[in-house]
Amino acid sequence: MTTQILMPALSPTMTEGKLAKWLKNEGDTVESGDVIAEIETDKATMEVEAVDEGTMGKIMVAEGTEGVAVNTVIAVLLEEGEDASAITDAPASPAPVATAPEPAAAAPVSAAPVSAAPSPVAPITASPPEPDYDGPMVQMTVREALRDAMAEEMRKDDDVFLMGEEVAEYQGAYKISQGMLEEFGDRRVIDTPITEHGFAGLGVGAAFGGLKPIVEFMTFNFAMQAIDHIINSAAKTLYMSGGQMGANIVFRGANGAAARVGAQHSQCYASWYAHCPGLKVVVPWSAADAKGLLKAAIRDPNPIIFLENEILYGQSFDVPDDPDFVLPIGKAKVERVGTDVTIVAYSIMVGTALEAADALAAAGISAEVINLRTIRPIDTATIVDSVKKTNRIVSLEEGWPACNIGSEIAALMMEHAFDHLDAPVIRVCGEDVPMPYAANLEALALPKANHVIEAAKSVCYA
Amino acid sequence: MAKQAKSTKKSKSPSKAKPSTAANTGEQLLEYYRQMLLIRRFEEKAGQLYGMGLIGGFCHLYIGQEAVVVGMMAAAQEQDSLLTSYRDHGHMLAAGMDPKGVMAELTGRIGGYSKGKGGSMHMFSREKNFYGGHGIVGAQVPLGTGLAFAHKYKGDGGVNQVYFGDGAANQGQVYESFNMAALWSLPVVYVIENNHYAMGTSTTRGSAMTEFHKRGEAQGIPGLKVNGMDVVEVREAADMAVGHCRSGKGPYILDMETYRYRGHSMSDPAKYRSKDEVSKVRKESDPIDTLRERIVSAKFGDEAFLKDLDKEVKAIVIEAAEFAQTSPEPDVSELYTDVLIEA
Repeated sequence: MTTQILMPALSPTMTEGKLAKWLKNEGDTVESGDVIAEIETDKATMEVEAVDEGTMGKIMVAEGTEGVAVNTVIAVLLEEGEDASAITDAPASPAPVATAPEPAAAAPVSAAPVSAAPSPVAPITASPPEPDYDGPMVQMTVREALRDAMAEEMRKDDDVFLMGEEVAEYQGAYKISQGMLEEFGDRRVIDTPITEHGFAGLGVGAAFGGLKPIVEFMTFNFAMQAIDHIINSAAKTLYMSGGQMGANIVFRGANGAAARVGAQHSQCYASWYAHCPGLKVVVPWSAADAKGLLKAAIRDPNPIIFLENEILYGQSFDVPDDPDFVLPIGKAKVERVGTDVTIVAYSIMVGTALEAADALAAAGISAEVINLRTIRPIDTATIVDSVKKTNRIVSLEEGWPACNIGSEIAALMMEHAFDHLDAPVIRVCGEDVPMPYAANLEALALPKANHVIEAAKSVCYA
Repeated sequence: MAKQAKSTKKSKSPSKAKPSTAANTGEQLLEYYRQMLLIRRFEEKAGQLYGMGLIGGFCHLYIGQEAVVVGMMAAAQEQDSLLTSYRDHGHMLAAGMDPKGVMAELTGRIGGYSKGKGGSMHMFSREKNFYGGHGIVGAQVPLGTGLAFAHKYKGDGGVNQVYFGDGAANQGQVYESFNMAALWSLPVVYVIENNHYAMGTSTTRGSAMTEFHKRGEAQGIPGLKVNGMDVVEVREAADMAVGHCRSGKGPYILDMETYRYRGHSMSDPAKYRSKDEVSKVRKESDPIDTLRERIVSAKFGDEAFLKDLDKEVKAIVIEAAEFAQTSPEPDVSELYTDVLIEA
């Protein structure tokens, strides 16, 4: 049987090329790996190697021919014992390739039928219910709640371990892991070198290997060194492996502005991570949020970004006194019921929103405050339900204005609550500058309750 | 992995095989030969399918480097794990993954290891402990170190083999990994596949110090330079390094001197090196030819036997290529699956 040699595609974008030179003539013996021709593509001159062996039976396209389409038969190879009479007239046009898809489709969208694609507006999925709890409460700080969440899960599951800078002997740079080394030992509470990229990757590898790491970043500012492993290794691998390999891993640490630590230590990364499929992004405010959500994050089989706030660490809240208390990821909480305007916030800004709501009440405006708790997946249903009632919404966050969480909320309201809005969405957020050090400038860079009050009054036309 | 090699050995064991050394009996030499030939024929076929437009995007072939992964994997046990860069087809075959599933992933079909969603550079097999297929240069090094961490944490006796190139050896995260692996005595073999070119940049133009086996000296990690074109030498080094790791002595670095015959990827015309350089390596130190000569001269197998082996390997590759063309593209619903695990 003869073997057809086809004009090869030699780059992701090549559709035709010039057959510059034949290096084998008719009658020559060809072995697998021999260079048989040179072909000029749009980018370079490439050598073509033989895959099959035999004798060069007939050259179908003369050297010097330009514009030879990919998959055109350029030569015919004879097997041992065959002569040129075995060659039937081969088609001069590109040979049909049975079930080949379009090579190197330019736009991914056109590569597949779009019949199953969603309408531009994704449907709102019902968020999980808030768990009922009417048992005893205990007061604790956010710091203690985080520690208890980790310790409780580590007692239950030997695969869970904590690693990060200063988490063991130092008891945590912010004293989150106080007492944990003593209880769990250095096999499970591990001080790392200052090597964020390395230990984030090591953590993801350990998760691939079946463990459930909690990776603490001293602050999320330093996680920028590690973001390649968070996105490319942790978030994408489940998809790239066709569902074989997920990473049950929590990346946690302080996020956003602390106090007087300047530009490189005061940034909110919420919208960075909220952008990426394959991650869940959790943003607790209270100690109950911190405990219930961190336990859920550790149990969740997916990579979780858990954004804490340094200033909240020392604040105390009531927390259900129950080791089985777990909050659902993806569920926002209405912290204060109101009728006139919805204020949506997360992390430390929930406190600012509640402060604003108190002042607004005194001015005769009833504000509903939503604590987002999770920003990926965001609880659209809870926000829309609130706006159906209030018809007005203000978003509040520390992050910069461009492409922030408020931008996403504004877009969601366009898509899901347009007919319910009586005023444009207003975003209250950090100023569009790196965080200044000077006390007066720093204060000006972050949102305050009075900004929220003004925004709420504005959407209420009050 | 080891299980796979064992079962294959049983079925392919030729009656002529005579034992020589413990690790490199005639039987084993023939098995190396079969595996190396399978990788080469597979890669040639992949190159051909790329030329036909059936494989898209980037496709990095392993031709020339076959002795490295075949010799290394011969020292692996069933609980061990491995991972590598985007030049990963050979590693998957050596790990015992099905050539059909690998080729179908290259063509982006549902029968591929990642259901067509990963492609040439991103493929995995939980079953064979193959953890990728990573497209970011050097990223597999901390990941492999983490797999070694998991082996140690679980006490399963496993060793991780993480493969990376001379180019990746200049990534900062490699040294972050070396440091932690040495600090915590993790069972990981760092296999540097030194093919002398980081894409188009030769080692001498990209590395201030090209003795890659010494790259762990700062952390006290032992290293060895190995002729990566000779599968027997690779196997001997692998036994030593894997044994070192398995006995709890911490990481080991192997600098495998090897060579890739093809360009960095399919679209690389490889103008940064001379044709003479390539043909000299092919002629004088091809790992498959070298082993073939050794097999014939030691009479572990004659020409007729080796020809039958060739045919057998070719048939496997043809079957894989056919499967890769007839397996359907993934259903459109697959666009939305495997983003998150439903908790």
